[in-house]
Amino acid sequence: MQTKRIENRTALSPLNERVFKWTSLWNEINRNKHYYILMAPFMLVFFLFTVIPVAASMGISFTYFNVLEPPRFIGWQNYSRLFLNDDIFMIALRNTFLFAIITGPVSYIACFMFAWIINELPPKIRAFMTLVFYAPSISGNVFFIWQVIFSGDRYGLLNSLLIRLRIILEPIQWLKDEQYILAVIIIVQLWMSLGTSFLAFIAGLQTLDRSLIEAGAVDGIKNRWQELWYIVLPSMRPQLLFGAVMQITASLAVADVSIALAGFPSVNYAGHTIVTHLMDFGTIRFEMGYASAIATVLFAIMMGTNLVTQKLLRKIGG
Amino acid sequence: MTEKKLNRSFAVTFLLFILLGLFGAFMALPLIYTINHAFKPLDEIFLFPPRFFVRNPTMNNFYDLVNLMANSWVPFSRYISNTVIIAVIGTVGHVLFASAAAYPLAKYKFPGSKAIFNIVVLSLMFSPHVTAIPNYMIMSRVGWIDNHASLIIPSWAYPLGLFLMKQFMEQIPSALLEAAKIDGASEYRIYWQIVMPNVKPAWLTLIILRFPALWGSDGGSFIYSENLKTLNYALGQIIQGGIARAGVGAAVGLILMIVPITLFVISQSSVIQTMATSGIKD
Repeated sequence: MQTKRIENRTALSPLNERVFKWTSLWNEINRNKHYYILMAPFMLVFFLFTVIPVAASMGISFTYFNVLEPPRFIGWQNYSRLFLNDDIFMIALRNTFLFAIITGPVSYIACFMFAWIINELPPKIRAFMTLVFYAPSISGNVFFIWQVIFSGDRYGLLNSLLIRLRIILEPIQWLKDEQYILAVIIIVQLWMSLGTSFLAFIAGLQTLDRSLIEAGAVDGIKNRWQELWYIVLPSMRPQLLFGAVMQITASLAVADVSIALAGFPSVNYAGHTIVTHLMDFGTIRFEMGYASAIATVLFAIMMGTNLVTQKLLRKIGG
Repeated sequence: MTEKKLNRSFAVTFLLFILLGLFGAFMALPLIYTINHAFKPLDEIFLFPPRFFVRNPTMNNFYDLVNLMANSWVPFSRYISNTVIIAVIGTVGHVLFASAAAYPLAKYKFPGSKAIFNIVVLSLMFSPHVTAIPNYMIMSRVGWIDNHASLIIPSWAYPLGLFLMKQFMEQIPSALLEAAKIDGASEYRIYWQIVMPNVKPAWLTLIILRFPALWGSDGGSFIYSENLKTLNYALGQIIQGGIARAGVGAAVGLILMIVPITLFVISQSSVIQTMATSGIKD
């Protein structure tokens, strides 16, 4: 396809200069054709299941589409309904931001702080502690065990502990009471959040250039906190940027934990998020146009938050 | 280490380690509880007040699991083999596809290379939920609904893998590649015989990031047939049984978590080595 387009252009263009530009580009592509061939399998699948769907989702969001009939263009109606007429979406939006504002920064700082402390331990203990902190994030759906811990009857581990300590007299319905659902989900989400970025931070700290720290000591760095701010953080900037992307994206995509613990839909939508709202319309009600509008809003929020954070983090350590 | 440690007051250091201990316990206890629960006999599961640790460990929950599953019309081994097939093919394909695409991006400049890498970085910034709906339509168009391909093939092009692989490959000295080229090796041979053996730590990293996700997949909305379902789906069904099945549920949970954790124990040092290059550069 690429070939055809370029040949057409060269044939049609009356300007020699333009012809030259296209032929030299073509030569360049031809010379590197092995690289394109190597990239082709990945890129084919990547475009088919990631890039095209993002564009398609934006397109579908301007239509009424129920899968059975062909999509019908309805302009901005899905969006106006979403923001003006959908109370549940407002709850989802509020919950999502609440989750993100708490789990995002807390998990990010926890990832770094624990990596920083663990890094000072002797190698064997360091490897063990890394495993302890990282294991929950790769244990798959073992978070179901929290259901037993937060179980609403006396058999629930937390309830029985609190009753025995006489802090409460009656078991609390942790997963059914609106008051607690958000907090429980946040705790479990934090439990699982020391993932890829945590490893990236540990790795970054281990490969830190020791001579920088020695130079810093000569230049009058007085304590560990100054060392952290003026030397460690700036030289770990690439890992910090990478970690931020991982944590932000994860903290805005809370859904599995909410569904597993609080149910779907949760009591009075207390654990409802943008993603569960999207699932509701996409996989239960089959309002694909509307669900795509939700997906597009989610996409915009994730990209916006990530890009702004990247800007801010580049300023770390001056 | 001879370097002089800078002073951080003893109190603060003490506090930090207390914090490390507390949070370490918070991280580890649920997993330890799962392990204990899986070996509890029935009377201990129903014991009131509930106990954290098992007293008389038994394999009963595992036997029950086998019995429970022998009675269902899909044998339990089917769930395991489905999960293994999805996880293994999905992960191996991912390592091959991602490394083949990462090599040119890491070592050469050619038209479009920068744009493609930027798109990959941008795609790290949103979760797969965003693309779920068009994905489903594409899947049904190509006929992969109710087929393991719907779980396996998209995982081959998981952008985080390409990103980490590319960052790691940048360290391979260009002179090594030049020398091979002068000896007449084709690009494909260089990729396969020089680049790939040099990035083994990165393979393990891609495996540790991709494998647990596939291993823990419940088939999502793509798989309908019972005989194609996965282990995690079976776990979900068992947990539905409530507290009576809590022990069996914990047994399945143990099977589910032990595999990725073992994998990480084996590969930890390689993973850390790869992650050192993971940063997003200015």
